[in-house]
Amino acid sequence: MSAYVLRRIGTSIIVLIGISIFTYLLLHAVFPSPARVALGLRATDAAVAAWNKQNGYDRPVLVQYLSYMNNLLHGNLGYSYAENQTVAALFQERLARSIYLSGISLLLAILIALPLGIFQAVRRNSLGDNIGTSLAFILYSMPSFFLGLILIQVFALSFPILGFEASQSTNIWVVIGDWHDMLLPILTLTLLTVANFSRYMRSSSIDVLAQDYIKVARAKGLPERLVLARHMVRNASLPMITLIGLFIPALLAGNLIIETLFNYQGLGLLFFTSLGKEDYPVLLAYTLVGAVFVVLGNFVADIALTVADPRIRLA
Amino acid sequence: MAAGTSLPPLDTSRAPEGGEVGAIQSGWRLAVREFASNRLAVIGVGILLFFVVFCFLGPLFYHANLLQVNLIDAHDPPGAGHPLGADTQGFDVLGELMKGGQAALEIGFFAAFVAITIGALVGAVAGLAGGAIDTVLMRVVDIFLSIPFLFVVLILAARYGASVLSLSLVIGGFSWQVPARLVRGEVLTIRERDFVAAARTAGSGNWRLIRRHLLPNALGVMIVNVTFQVADAILAVAYVGFLGFGLHYPNLDWGDMISDGVGYMQDGYWWLIYPVGVCIVLTVMALNFIGDALRDSLDVRLRRR
Repeated sequence: MSAYVLRRIGTSIIVLIGISIFTYLLLHAVFPSPARVALGLRATDAAVAAWNKQNGYDRPVLVQYLSYMNNLLHGNLGYSYAENQTVAALFQERLARSIYLSGISLLLAILIALPLGIFQAVRRNSLGDNIGTSLAFILYSMPSFFLGLILIQVFALSFPILGFEASQSTNIWVVIGDWHDMLLPILTLTLLTVANFSRYMRSSSIDVLAQDYIKVARAKGLPERLVLARHMVRNASLPMITLIGLFIPALLAGNLIIETLFNYQGLGLLFFTSLGKEDYPVLLAYTLVGAVFVVLGNFVADIALTVADPRIRLA
Repeated sequence: MAAGTSLPPLDTSRAPEGGEVGAIQSGWRLAVREFASNRLAVIGVGILLFFVVFCFLGPLFYHANLLQVNLIDAHDPPGAGHPLGADTQGFDVLGELMKGGQAALEIGFFAAFVAITIGALVGAVAGLAGGAIDTVLMRVVDIFLSIPFLFVVLILAARYGASVLSLSLVIGGFSWQVPARLVRGEVLTIRERDFVAAARTAGSGNWRLIRRHLLPNALGVMIVNVTFQVADAILAVAYVGFLGFGLHYPNLDWGDMISDGVGYMQDGYWWLIYPVGVCIVLTVMALNFIGDALRDSLDVRLRRR
C-alpha cells in the first residue's frame, strides 16, 4: 500500500513538472511579457525594453521558468499589472466563492445521482428509468450556458421567484445565506453534474446487480431492501470515486461558464475578465493551479479507491 | 471467435485464411445490422443528416442577408420576411443558423479528425514500442489530460483570434489523449496475435505494421471515439463562441449567436436564443446517440471517455 502511494506520488510529481513546463512555455510563447499591459499601449519600444530588463523578462526562457517556479513554490503566484494586485490576493478574494459554488453543486449532484442511478438500475426500463435516461441525455448534450439561460427564463423572468444574477456580496457567509440569488447557478451546475453521474451510477448498478453475490443474497432469503443496502450500494458506488476525481476539469470549465453567465465573482469569472485584458500572469497561474487540482483530484481518487475497495491489492 | 480461441495457440499448420476473413466481414455486417436496429441510432443519423443538409445545402435555396446591417429589420419577430426573426443587426436568424451550423460541423469533424490522427499515431507507437517510449508517451498523455483544455483554447483564441482552421487545430490538438489511450490498449492486445507475428516474419517494418495491421484492427474503437469527439468539439466551439472569443464577422458560430441574444432576454426576444440552443442540443445529442450505438455494436468493452 505505502509503496503504491509512493509510486503514485512519484508519477504525480513528474506529471506536475511536465504540466508546469508545457503551460509556462505555451503562455510564454503567447504572451512573452506583460510590459504592454503594465506600461500602457502607448509605451515606446525603448520603455518596454527597459521594463523587460528591469523585471527580468529579457532573461532566457529557462531561467524565467525556474524563477517562476521558485516563486510559485514559495506561494508567490506573480503580479497582475492589469489589476495592480498580486495574483495570490486576487485568487484569495475569490477562492472561497468558487469552492462554495462547485462544492455544493458537486455534493448535491452526488446526493441526487447516487439514489437516482440505483433507482433506475433497479427499475430498469420502467417509465421512471426511461424519463431519467432521456433527461440525462438531453442535459448531457446541452451547453451549460443554455441550461442556465432556460432556468433564468423560467425561474427569474417568466416566474420571477429567483434572481438572475448571483450574489454580489464579498462576504462568503452572505453569499451562502443568499438562496434567492444563488439557487439558479447552483441548480444549473448540479443538474449538469447529475446528468453525468447518474448515467455512470445506473450502469455500474446494473453491472453489480448481475453479480453472483447478489443472487446468493437473494437466494438466502434476504429482503430486497437489505440486498440493495448491504450488497449493492457500496459496490456500485466505487466507480463514482474515480469519476469524481476525473470530473474536476469539467467542474473548472463549468465554473468558468456559469460564473460568467451569472456574473458571480469567482475564479472562473476572474479568468474570463483576465482573458479580455490579456492579463497573462493571472491566466498562467490559473491554468497551472487548475492543472494541479486535476492531478490532485485523480491522486486522491486513486488512493480513496484503494481504501474503499479492499479487493484492490497493491504491491 | 469462440471456436478460434479453443484451438491450440500456435497451430501454424492450418493457415488462418478464407474462413477467418469471412468471420471478420460478417462481424462488420453484424455490427451494421445491430446499429440499424437501434432506434436511437437511426434517429441520431437522421438528425445529423438533416443538419448537414440544412446547413450546407440550405443556403443554396434560402438566401438571407447576413452581411448588410439593416436596423429597420432589427429584432423583428418571426414573421413573413424572417421565418425565425431577425437579430440585433437585422440579420436573418434562419440564415445565421445555417451559417453557424456550417462552422460547428466543420470544426467538429475537422477537430475530431486531428484528434484521432494524433491519438492513433501516439497510441500505436506507444503500444507497439513498449518500454521507455511507451512510458514517456503515456506520461505526456497524462500531462495533456491534466491541463484544463478549455482554458488553453480560450487563451489561444483570445490572443490570436479564432477561425475554423485555428479552432479545429487547437481543439483537436488538445483532445487526442483519450484516443491515444484507447488505441494503445487495443494495440497491446493485437500485437500479441499470430497475424502480427506472421507479418513480422514476412518482413513488415514497424511503420507498415502500424498502418496495415494495427490501426485497421483498432478501427472500431477509433470510429466510436471520433463520434464523441465531434460532439465534444461542437460543444467546445459553442463555449468559446458564447464567451465572445469565437468566429468574427462575417463568419459566426452558434455560441456567439446565443451570447448576442442574452442581453435581450428581458425584452422577450426568444428567437435569438432558443432556435440556436435547440440546434446545438440536437446536433450534439444526435452524435451521442450514434456514438453510443456504435459502441454497443462495435465494442462492448469500451467505456465512454
